[in-house]
Amino acid sequence: MRFILLALAFIGLAPMAEAQQRTRLTVYTALENEQLAPFKQAAEAALRDIEIAWVRDSTGVITARLIAEKANPRADMVWGLSVFSLLQMEAQDMLEPYTPQGAEALRANMRSSRSPMTWTGMDAFVSAICFNTVVAQQRNLPRPATWQDLLDPRFRGQIVMPNPNSSGTGFLTISGWIANMGEQGAWAFMDRLHENVQQYTHSGSAPCNNAARGEFGVGLSFDMRSVTLKNQGAPIDIIVPTDGVGFDLEATAIMRGTRNLEAAKRLADFTVSRTAAELYGRFYAMLALPGVEPTVRGYPAEFAQRLVNANFAEIAAARERLLAEWQRRYDGKSAPR
Amino acid sequence: MAKPFLAQLGAIRPKASADETSLRVIQALGFLFLTLALALPLASLLLRAFEDQHGSFVGLRNFAIYVTTPSLVRSAWNSVWTAFITTCVVIPLAFAYAYGLTRSCMPGKWIFRAIMFLPILAPSLLPALSLIYLFGNQGMLRWMMDGGSIYGPWGIIGAQIFYCFPAAAILLSVALSTADGRLYEAAEALKASRFRIFLTVTLPGALYGLVSASVVVFTLVVTDFGIPKVIGGQFNVLATDVYKQVVGRQDLNMGAVVGLVLLLPAILAFLLDRWAHGKRTATLSGRAVAYRPKPRLRRDLPAFLFCLSVALALIVIVAVAVWGSFIRFWPYNLSLTLDNYDFARFDTAGWQAVWLSVKLSLITAFVGAALIFIIAYSLERGPQRSFLAAPLRLLATIPLAVPGLVLGLAFIIFFNHPANPFGIIYGTLAILVLNSIIHFYTVGHLTAVTAIRQLDPEFEAVSASLHVPIWQTFGRVTLPICLPAIFEILVFLFVSAMTTVSAVIFLYGPDTKPASVAVVHMDEAGQASAAAAMACVILAISLSAKLTQLLVGGLFARVTSAWRR
Repeated sequence: MRFILLALAFIGLAPMAEAQQRTRLTVYTALENEQLAPFKQAAEAALRDIEIAWVRDSTGVITARLIAEKANPRADMVWGLSVFSLLQMEAQDMLEPYTPQGAEALRANMRSSRSPMTWTGMDAFVSAICFNTVVAQQRNLPRPATWQDLLDPRFRGQIVMPNPNSSGTGFLTISGWIANMGEQGAWAFMDRLHENVQQYTHSGSAPCNNAARGEFGVGLSFDMRSVTLKNQGAPIDIIVPTDGVGFDLEATAIMRGTRNLEAAKRLADFTVSRTAAELYGRFYAMLALPGVEPTVRGYPAEFAQRLVNANFAEIAAARERLLAEWQRRYDGKSAPR
Repeated sequence: MAKPFLAQLGAIRPKASADETSLRVIQALGFLFLTLALALPLASLLLRAFEDQHGSFVGLRNFAIYVTTPSLVRSAWNSVWTAFITTCVVIPLAFAYAYGLTRSCMPGKWIFRAIMFLPILAPSLLPALSLIYLFGNQGMLRWMMDGGSIYGPWGIIGAQIFYCFPAAAILLSVALSTADGRLYEAAEALKASRFRIFLTVTLPGALYGLVSASVVVFTLVVTDFGIPKVIGGQFNVLATDVYKQVVGRQDLNMGAVVGLVLLLPAILAFLLDRWAHGKRTATLSGRAVAYRPKPRLRRDLPAFLFCLSVALALIVIVAVAVWGSFIRFWPYNLSLTLDNYDFARFDTAGWQAVWLSVKLSLITAFVGAALIFIIAYSLERGPQRSFLAAPLRLLATIPLAVPGLVLGLAFIIFFNHPANPFGIIYGTLAILVLNSIIHFYTVGHLTAVTAIRQLDPEFEAVSASLHVPIWQTFGRVTLPICLPAIFEILVFLFVSAMTTVSAVIFLYGPDTKPASVAVVHMDEAGQASAAAAMACVILAISLSAKLTQLLVGGLFARVTSAWRR
């Protein structure tokens, strides 16, 4: 009897002992759902004594949570969050300075300029147009190739885009216009675009989801989303405009105050490694680590070139002002149409 | 109606009895609980309204910035008029429906009782999807929109009417369910017309229920951001302003400012509640004979037809979404499939999320219902003049006016504070339970209060004179009579915890992601059919809880109200 009890105790304890050896890192992320499993698998294969516990939500929710938890951080790391969020947290002194091994190899504008670094980039994602071909045929909409094409009066009331005051995707879109057209030009463009916009949504994914459902002809969103929808059979084309795109950087950082600093540093090292970059390349066309060939398809060849010179820090610094200006111009007068 | 003599005696108890002391202690414990779980967290967030992002005190500067933002007044006005119209539509609908349920002899009452709950049995995404499938630009009933769009105020009002109906119907059916049959007999003997009976007996008896239902609906509309976010287009309301500040701009300080503005309805609600309290009359005195409606075709048939049409409307909205969970992709590939129910394909937590939600909701329901009812009882039957009674009442009304996302952030800031000993519950299931109890406290509280107020204080007075301790009266009289209301609270908490998103989205940990949050994530990821599927699983679980309640409640009523016959 005693033997059986002892055996049972062993059976019960063995997995626990194994689990105790692995350090459990709580990682906050805004990555897409389908990316979580492969990312976790790859990292745990490379770092056998580390276990990743994801908390995933939209960029806005995760960032708000991180900032609210500031006094007593629960996340050890952030892996896959908009650089604009990270810069905001950097300003509030929430990031642990650490230069991951090999981070110097990343493109200069895709990593923190501080020494030691506070964040490192993974990849850039871009704004895109979700264009419903069935609706286009019904309503006789031309296929847009550039942002300027969207100013065509035939698009009046057909365009949906995220409100930059509610959604990171919305900000990514307008920051792209500002970077490409200059601030004056961008406001002039948005003034005219406003005439064609049917709705500014609070959610960054709603415009593309609704375009896919045929609720609207054109949804401004980002590239990843569109692929999922297309695979389900939505009659949408994903158009990356040729006259410059909005971009956002997905990045990694260690939270100041983490209780697992050593493990977090090793995971940070992994996130800038070549193995990790190849993983990012399965989903994104523009990687922070040069020399890795992305395997994702459907992007214009010269696309990467257009992004290289983006200055994220400058845009982040102007964020507050740009959002306030946007709100003044378009949010106030929006009588529902 | 004059108060029975004994009841008046009961109201002027000369000296504190042991009963009074124990009720006072419960009031104090209730006050402590709500202070710790509601007042302090809220205060720690709302204080941020007076700070900048680095934590230094800036006085009223944030308010000044907010007030000078041109969109504020518009948002406030939008909130008020959409909430007003919704209330004006929902209350008569819910009253008529509840009247049919409680005061007629129409057939199939228990089915109508179950159907009335449909709107809150599933996450709000489900009606939103359904409205899009029905009235959206590709919708099946698009011709009914007459060229208008559901993306705007009318979409918000439509969805809110659907969503607020159950809360109003619950409160009103509790209010109408107990009545003194003798009043009706007396009125009939005096040859009062039916209309006059309705105006002078039925309505005053339900007055408290009507006031609280209106307050609940109005506040629900003002504070909900889920519906305006999905279907409101760019129609700004106060709740989406909070969302913009907190989630869009990550400005907790400005979010706190708008959160404070949103508390105004709570204060209004509190004042109204006090007013109705002053006018209350106990409708069920110790000598009461339970009112039993007699069959009368001229009342029963219209009641039946009315309830049938409301029920059908509710069923259609839900049925469309259920169908939506089996199709491949709206509206382009309507072939049916079961794949959407294979949740692991869309979300790493898979079915785990569903079981977690069930656990969360069960604990919330049982712990919450017990707490809410006991605290409400101590308030209604305990010393009214005690210095705790008024603040406790206010605390019980506040949760209704706190948008989920404000409550969620408040919980983070308070419970995650390094110096807070209660911080151990952070990141666990316990904080989700506590949050859900607090978030849905008010409707449960109002239901309990409505039920308790219909019992004459004479019960306690008589017990006191017979030297029966109050807990015995509570256990033998109050509890059995109020059991239907308690079941109602229990199931309300259960289904609310199954479907809630706005607060828990800030609080779940790596291992505690509820199904309702998974629904939002799948929808955001463009997997609308999978989202609908998980919403339907939630619906099925909530519906079985509701049906169990009706079954058990029916059996119980047969046993416990035998004495009334």
